[in-house]
This record gives sequence, structure tokens and C-alpha cells, in this order.
Amino acid sequence: MIDLTIDGRKISVREGSSILDAAKSLGIFIPTLCHHPKLSSFGGCRLCIVEIKGTRNPVSSCTAPASEGMEVTTSSPQIERLRKMVLELILSDHPYDCMLCETAGACELQELAYYYDAKHTTYAGERRKYEKRDNNPFLNRDMEKCIMCGKCVKICDEVQGVGAIDFAYRGFKSKVCPQYEEDLNCEFCGQCVSVCPSGALTGRMWARKGRQRDIREVDTVCPYCGTGCNITLHIKNNEIIRVSSSPDTWNEGLLCVKGRFGYEFVNSPDRLTKPLIREGSAFREASWDEALEYTAARLLDIKNSYGSDAIGGLSSAKCTNEENYIFQKFVRAAIGTNNVDHCARLCHAPTVTALASIFGSGAMTNSIAEIENAEVIFIIGSNTKESHPVVANRMIRAFRKGAKIIVADPRRVPLARFSEIFLQQKPGTDVALLNGIAHIIVKEKLYNSEFIKEQTQGFEEWMKSVDSFNPEYTSSITGVPKEKIISAARTYGSSRKAGIFYAMGITQHTTGYDNVCAVANLALLTGNIGRPSCGINPLRGQNNVQGASDAACLPDVYPGYQSVGSPDVREKFEKKWGTPLSAEKGLTATEMMPAAIQGRLKALYIMGENPVLSGPNTGNTIKALESLDFLIVQDIFLTETAKLAHVVLPGSCFAEKDGTFTNTDRTVQLVRKAVEMPGDARDDLQIISAVSARLGYKLEYEGPEEIFREFREVWPNISGISYKRLNKKRLSWPCTSSNHPGTPFLYKQGFPKGKASFTPTAFAPPAEETDAEYPYILTTGRNLYQYHTGTMTRKSGAIESHAGRAYIELNTADAERLNIIQGETIKVSSRRGSINIEARIVDTISSGVVFVPMHYCEAIANILTLDALDSRSKIPEFKACAVMIDKYNSSPPDLI
Amino acid sequence: MKAKARNADIDISKEFTPEQLKKVDKIIEKFKDRPGALIPVLEEAQMVLEFLPMPILKIIAGGLNLPLSQVYGVVTFYSFFTMTPRGKYTVRVCLGTACYVRGGKAIYDNIKKELNVEEGETTDDRMFTLETVRCIGACGLGPVIFVNDNVHGRLKPAKIKDVLSKYN
Repeated sequence: MIDLTIDGRKISVREGSSILDAAKSLGIFIPTLCHHPKLSSFGGCRLCIVEIKGTRNPVSSCTAPASEGMEVTTSSPQIERLRKMVLELILSDHPYDCMLCETAGACELQELAYYYDAKHTTYAGERRKYEKRDNNPFLNRDMEKCIMCGKCVKICDEVQGVGAIDFAYRGFKSKVCPQYEEDLNCEFCGQCVSVCPSGALTGRMWARKGRQRDIREVDTVCPYCGTGCNITLHIKNNEIIRVSSSPDTWNEGLLCVKGRFGYEFVNSPDRLTKPLIREGSAFREASWDEALEYTAARLLDIKNSYGSDAIGGLSSAKCTNEENYIFQKFVRAAIGTNNVDHCARLCHAPTVTALASIFGSGAMTNSIAEIENAEVIFIIGSNTKESHPVVANRMIRAFRKGAKIIVADPRRVPLARFSEIFLQQKPGTDVALLNGIAHIIVKEKLYNSEFIKEQTQGFEEWMKSVDSFNPEYTSSITGVPKEKIISAARTYGSSRKAGIFYAMGITQHTTGYDNVCAVANLALLTGNIGRPSCGINPLRGQNNVQGASDAACLPDVYPGYQSVGSPDVREKFEKKWGTPLSAEKGLTATEMMPAAIQGRLKALYIMGENPVLSGPNTGNTIKALESLDFLIVQDIFLTETAKLAHVVLPGSCFAEKDGTFTNTDRTVQLVRKAVEMPGDARDDLQIISAVSARLGYKLEYEGPEEIFREFREVWPNISGISYKRLNKKRLSWPCTSSNHPGTPFLYKQGFPKGKASFTPTAFAPPAEETDAEYPYILTTGRNLYQYHTGTMTRKSGAIESHAGRAYIELNTADAERLNIIQGETIKVSSRRGSINIEARIVDTISSGVVFVPMHYCEAIANILTLDALDSRSKIPEFKACAVMIDKYNSSPPDLI
Repeated sequence: MKAKARNADIDISKEFTPEQLKKVDKIIEKFKDRPGALIPVLEEAQMVLEFLPMPILKIIAGGLNLPLSQVYGVVTFYSFFTMTPRGKYTVRVCLGTACYVRGGKAIYDNIKKELNVEEGETTDDRMFTLETVRCIGACGLGPVIFVNDNVHGRLKPAKIKDVLSKYN
């Protein structure tokens, strides 16, 4: 520790602290424009100058380290005069148009000019002139307002890992710009906007929507991915005009393009505002009374004629915990069946089933914040930079701190830029790759014998199962060079602070369950679990997919993963809910579709899901939904699925209600109502309870908080969480008492079910392999801009105008061989169907593999995928099927 | 910057020999894992190639795993680096005080017009590269220009065409 005196006050600070840090900890204000606590120091603005006794000239306190015995003065007539001069120099080259500036009122420069009474005329002279231009729909760059603080440059490079902009030229001509002053072409995360101290960088869609006056700010949680970033909605006249995130949130103010600029859907004119009832091939608007009566009558009718099990419900991982709890309660208690599921079936079903059977719980073991202290980060089957961008920010920070990153993915995903080892395995060969890595760890005795002895079982037997996966064999299956397999094994195997991160690339296979087991085996082998900054970390897709699973929108469990098959558990819930419950496991989402076609399922109630686009084998999904006697869709837009419904009920979006979301690292966070619903749209809770009441089962609650109270009464893991506590602080379950601090990482005290088992996994190829007729492997996924089936992002103007076109990625060599040029429309076919889609020729994908994002209804990727299921978790194989590629107009022209 | 300086359409396989390009790869390989590699790599690459067009900056950025914006920033900061090919002749126009008051600006404007280039650029036929200097110590002869090592003094705008036509 270092002792120094600032303005006559003594303080001890850690070695390496700057004078600015020290002054801040004393609560002394020093003006700065270029300093940011999370970025490297620059010392460029010269405002933070201070005097040090014994030093002739003032020094910039952000770059000067505090040293022993130092006596610092932060404010003196001389210092203040210099600061004012610096400000006036900046202002002399700054447009004086605060009247029109988007940032007025929130501008750091304006604020300092005000305090220092700094004028722009003192040093009036030549001004920099920039052409204003930029084609992107997200950011406005008004570079004449740039004060060259460099925060945007640093955050883009150091934090976001993109480096789209930098200082160019020299002296008076210097400016911040992309290379060759091209248009900005980056990830459009807007991190630069969030740190800009002037009006140089703003959101394009903010323009003239409102500045500081009459704005309400509501803190809530981002509705997109499972990261759960905290956001602040800026509201004017019931409209969200801006989204920001405060630097003191857990995500440190970092957001991605969707979180920051993807909010326009809320106010879209396409929102559903009235209930719709099908009449022939069209819909007509109906009153709520009529729609609810009709819905209830049809459900009762089907229940009476075919029994409760002829009805199913699909809930939504976009909805709150409270809505999901009520939805499954409605299906179980009011309808009387366990046929309830949600989209976790299509993303992390293998995670939930496999990890629960190995460890006793199926969630991310460690928290996102811990990532930055990991030594090794092994990412497999996750395009983290695009699908969980703010998680990737933590990984990049870990990289900056010296962590080694291993990326395994059939595509050279953006995060591979930061990887020490990049393994490009063939789709569907993950078990082989993971076993091959385990083989080396075993062979070279890098494993953690003590951990294996104390906390696991089945090691000896499992070891035999990886015996055959020598590097040569593994390489022959996966296509990964054996040296890379060995070096990945050594890197992961020799670290005791190594985390594995995975997503759909692991789960969406017919071997999804085995893939997850193979991941778990690696963590057990090295003991990388039960401590901070390691673990098995499934990155979950939707904002509340963890919560929807916890709340038991699953066909085999009651809330809190309590088995429907257990008589004791069932009795407990029957008592709690006051009605007899079904003992039969229900149908999964992927089993409901064939059941509908076979006529076993007659009615389906879908809340906030869009299986027409998200389910495998679209043709079959449509056939299934059309086979139903009655389809209810409750949503905020008329989705592709809603178009097939008999009745459509307009629900509410995240900004229109209170509740809680549980993010991917098990953290429960408050969602707060910010705006009113459009037209006659209703709160989803009200809709479900209104239908339930008409079926004779009362679901009466004062509001979401009362539902949460019931939820925590039935599930001890969240019994310590309350709205009151969440108002102050987010809490990660398990949180078992009102003073429990929450659990950032699991299994500190060992596994809930005792010893964890090694699970032998055998390699099996994908359900459909390539052949002469269908020679390409298709893999599907997401891109940075669009989200899932695009229900929200495609209704957000900025995002849609930037990433509104469907495309297929294919390798340069394949394109050459097929004589396909960039941007050409091509025809992609599988045994299920075909789509026409624009070719995007890339070198990030292996020859023989093609990629189509799942977002686009114009070229539905799932028309091509197959509905082969993993036998244990019932997840379909979205990540591998065989396709053929033709030129769009390859059929010979008609020569008549 | 003008499109000319981007040189995005330069076909490096035609502009440079395979040996030259191989040397650049070797330079990148040599410095790759060292901190602060960018400047020495640019320096040596320019020694091999004489100038650094966009495709080369891209190769260097990729090889050193750096953003292209950063490479561009460094190249434009140091006047030593050039992104445009050099002409057979370098025309340096003196804009020092003495030459300036004797009409150096008019000479400069005329040359720009004649060659159809801006400062730092090279004519399409790669004959001339235009630069300006601040005083070359020949004030008595002002206004002056240098063409490679030859001094041309007491110039008038009308004479420019004649002077340049001597070089081919």
C-alpha cells in the first residue's frame, strides 16, 4: 500500500493506483473527458491535471501513479486557469450548436464548459471540417463534435475486440475514423456511443425523439438473449425513445446491437391490438369477451370429447417467470395434462437432462462475471460473439488479462480471432473431438486424481471408453489436425481454472445428450468444477429460458424440477393447487407435432412461440398445426404460427409488464413496466387467468409478486428471493433464506447427489449423412443482428434495414466449383424441401459445409432440417443435415 | 482521402513479384509475436515494396492480428510511410516563405493541374509524385521546384509544362 496526501487528506491506495483513482476514493472531484475506469489511461484531454509538491509542472492525474509520501493539490487558481484554457481550446474547434445537439443536457463537455464558464470565442480560429456521412442505421457520427478523447477507440478495441476505428493522420488533421475513412462497418454495439463525452456519437434513431426534458427512465432487463444485461428504457409519451445501460450495472453498461438499438418493435404499428378469430381463411377482430368465451368453449369441448391429454401448451422463454409459472399451472390444473413444454426443448434439453442426471442440477455452474478471471476458456459450439455478445466481452477481458482461449466450431466464428487454438471440427463430430481431448489428458496424466477419487465415480470404466480415441482416429473423424487436438488437451487439461462454454453447437444434435456428457466428463476429469472461474457453462439462448425451465414449462416436472412421476411430489402440488393432477409425463414440444398429425393432440395453446420457423422440418410443423382442431396463439405480433391459429390473443411485451427473468447464470432479475400496452392488448397473466376461470379453475392473484411468492413456496432453491430484495440486488439461485447472498457458482460443497458419474460416450454420426445426391452438410444458427425467428428484431427498423436479407454461407472453393458468385440467388434443397437464398461466399466455413441462419421467413432454414430427435432429450438435429446446392435458374431455358 | 490513395484496386500479384510478397510474409512471421511489431513490420515491408497499398495493409493487419483501422492510423501518422506508389520522378515544390511570396503557390497549383494529382499522389502513368517542401535553401532562385535532384528556379506558371516535358 502507498500512503499519500491529497488536498491535505491522507489516504492509502494499492500500488499501481493513479492519483485520479486515489482522489476518487476520497470523493474529490477532478474533471476529465478522456478517462474511463475500465479502459487504459490516455492522458489526452489534460483536464485532470494536478499539482504535486516538488514537481515544477502540473501532471495529468489519470496517468501519474500515486507514490509514497506524495503531496497532491487538485485545485488551485493556476490549475483552474489551465483547465479553463484547455476547455476553451477544445471549444474553439467545436460546433456551437447545443440547441440542436442530441446530447445537450447529458453532454460532459457542455457540463464542464458551464462550470468553468468556458467560451468558444477565446481562441477562435480555424475549425476542422468533416463531411458527415455514414450509411448505417444505428450510429450517427458527427465528427466535428469529436474532442479526440479516444474513449471510443479504446472501448472498440480493448473491450469489444473489434477495432473498427482509430486515430488517423497527425496534428490538426488527426481524426477518429475507420480505415481509409470508409463507412463504419462493425458490430454496431454502440459501446462507443455510450462513452462519448460529447455529441459526436449518438444513436441515429434517437434523433429528435426527445432529450432530457420530460423523460422517464425505467431500469429493466434486456429481452433478447440469456445474458440478462440490465438496461434503462428512456420513455417519452409512452414511447421508448432510447435504450442505455449504466456503467454501474453488472454488465458495466455494455450492450450489443440488439439490446441497444433493437427496441423499435415495442412501438411497431404491426403490434396485435385486438383479439382475432378465424373465419374461413381470414381473421376478424373480436371483443375480448367473445374471444375468451370461444377459446374456453372450444377447449372444454375438446377436453370433454377427447380427454385432457388431447390438449397441449407451449409456453415462452420470452415471458416472465410468473407468466410461465401460471401457464404451466393452467395446463396442469385447469386442463389436467402434463403436455406443456417450451423452446428449451429446441435448445438446451440435453443440458437440462444430462447435467441433471450427472450432477443433480442442469444449469450454468459459474457466473458470467467470473469469466474474466479464468486461465483457460474452452468454447465449443457457441458463436459467443454473435449470440451472447456481452458474455464475449468478458471473455475478451480474460484474454487481455492473459487467459488462453480455445474455440472449437465448424465455422471460424469471430471469437476465434482471440483463440490460441482454433479447432474446426466437422458438424456432428463433437463426441469424438471431446473424447479425443480426454484421451490425451488421460494418456499424459494431466487429470486431477484427487478430485476424481473424492467426488466422482466410474472413472476406470469410462477411461476404457476413450481408449480408442487416439489423435489419429479422432482426427480422421473430426477433420481437426491431431497436433491441435493434443495442444487443446494440454492447454485445458493442465489448467485448474478452466471453464467450458457451449451452446447449440453441442446440444442440437441427435447425440446432444452424449455431447453434453462428453463436456461434463472433461470437467470431471480435471476437477474444473465447484470453484470460481471454471465449470460447465451452457450459454442459454432466450432471456428467460432458464426461468421457463425452472417454472416447469416442461412435461416431466413440476416447478423446481420436481418429478411428476413421484407420488409424494404430486400430492404436494395437488394440495397446493387444490385439484387432482395427472401422473402421466406429458408430450415434449417435438412430440406434440407428430401427435397432432396422428390425431392424438387436438388442441394447442401457444404463448409467445413461433414453431413454424423455429421447429425442425417446417413442412411437417405446418402440417401438424393445420391438423389441430383448435389452435390458440397468444403473441405480440401475427407470427407465421399465429397466421395458422383459430384464435389470436394479443399479449404484452417485456416493457409492458412487471415480473422477473432468470438469466443463463441462474440470476433472477426484476423486469419493470415502462409503457402501456397498445390498443386492447392485455397482460399475459390476465389472459391466462381469464381463460382458466372460464374453464372452472380460478387463477386469481393480485399481481406478479404474489405469483412469485407461490413459486418460491414450492421451490426451496429460490425461497430466499423476494421482489423487495431484487429491487436492490439481483440474486442467483440457490438462494435459500432471506439473508442468503445467492450462489454465483455451484457445487462448492460437492454435488447434491453425492459423487458425480463419468458417462462413457460413443461416437455416432449425424442422423443424416451426406451422399452423392446431397453432398453438403447444412448447419443452422443465428447471426448478430437478428434474434431467433425475428418476431421482434424484424420489426425493429434499424436492425431489419441492416440485416434483413436471408443468406447462405458457403466456402470459396465450393462456390468456385459450383460456379456461384457473391450475392447470387441459389437453390438449396434437402430431402424435406428447398429454399431460394442469396449466396454469401466466405472463407470462415469449411469446404463441404454450408450455414443458413434461422431467422428468415422468406427462406426458412428449417424447411431443410430434419426432425430426427435425440432419444433421451428429444431435441432435433438442427446442426447437421444433408443438402444439395443448385444454381437458381439452372433449369434449361424454354426454347419454344 | 481520395480513392487514389486507397489503392484498393491494386492487384498486388501484378504490382509486386512473388519474391517480394514472400519477403513480406517472412517479415510478418519474424515480428509476429513481439509486442510493438507493427512499426518495424511496416518499415521493412516498405523497404521491400516501396509503398504500402491497401491489400498489403490488410495482409499485415491479418498477420499481426490487428484491426486494419489501427494499421491505417499508424501509416497515416508517420510521414515516412506512403500508401501510394512512387513515380519515376519526385517533384518537390518549395512553399517556404521566400518562394511563397514570389508566387510558389501559383506554381504549385499549376503543377497540380498539369499532373492531375494532389499532394502526395502519383500520376496514373507512375511518372511523377508530387510533394511540397518548406524551403530548400535556394531562396535567391525562388520560386523553385526540385525534380529528383535537379533544381528549376525563377519559375513562372507558364513554364511548368516545358519543364515537366523534359522528363519522360
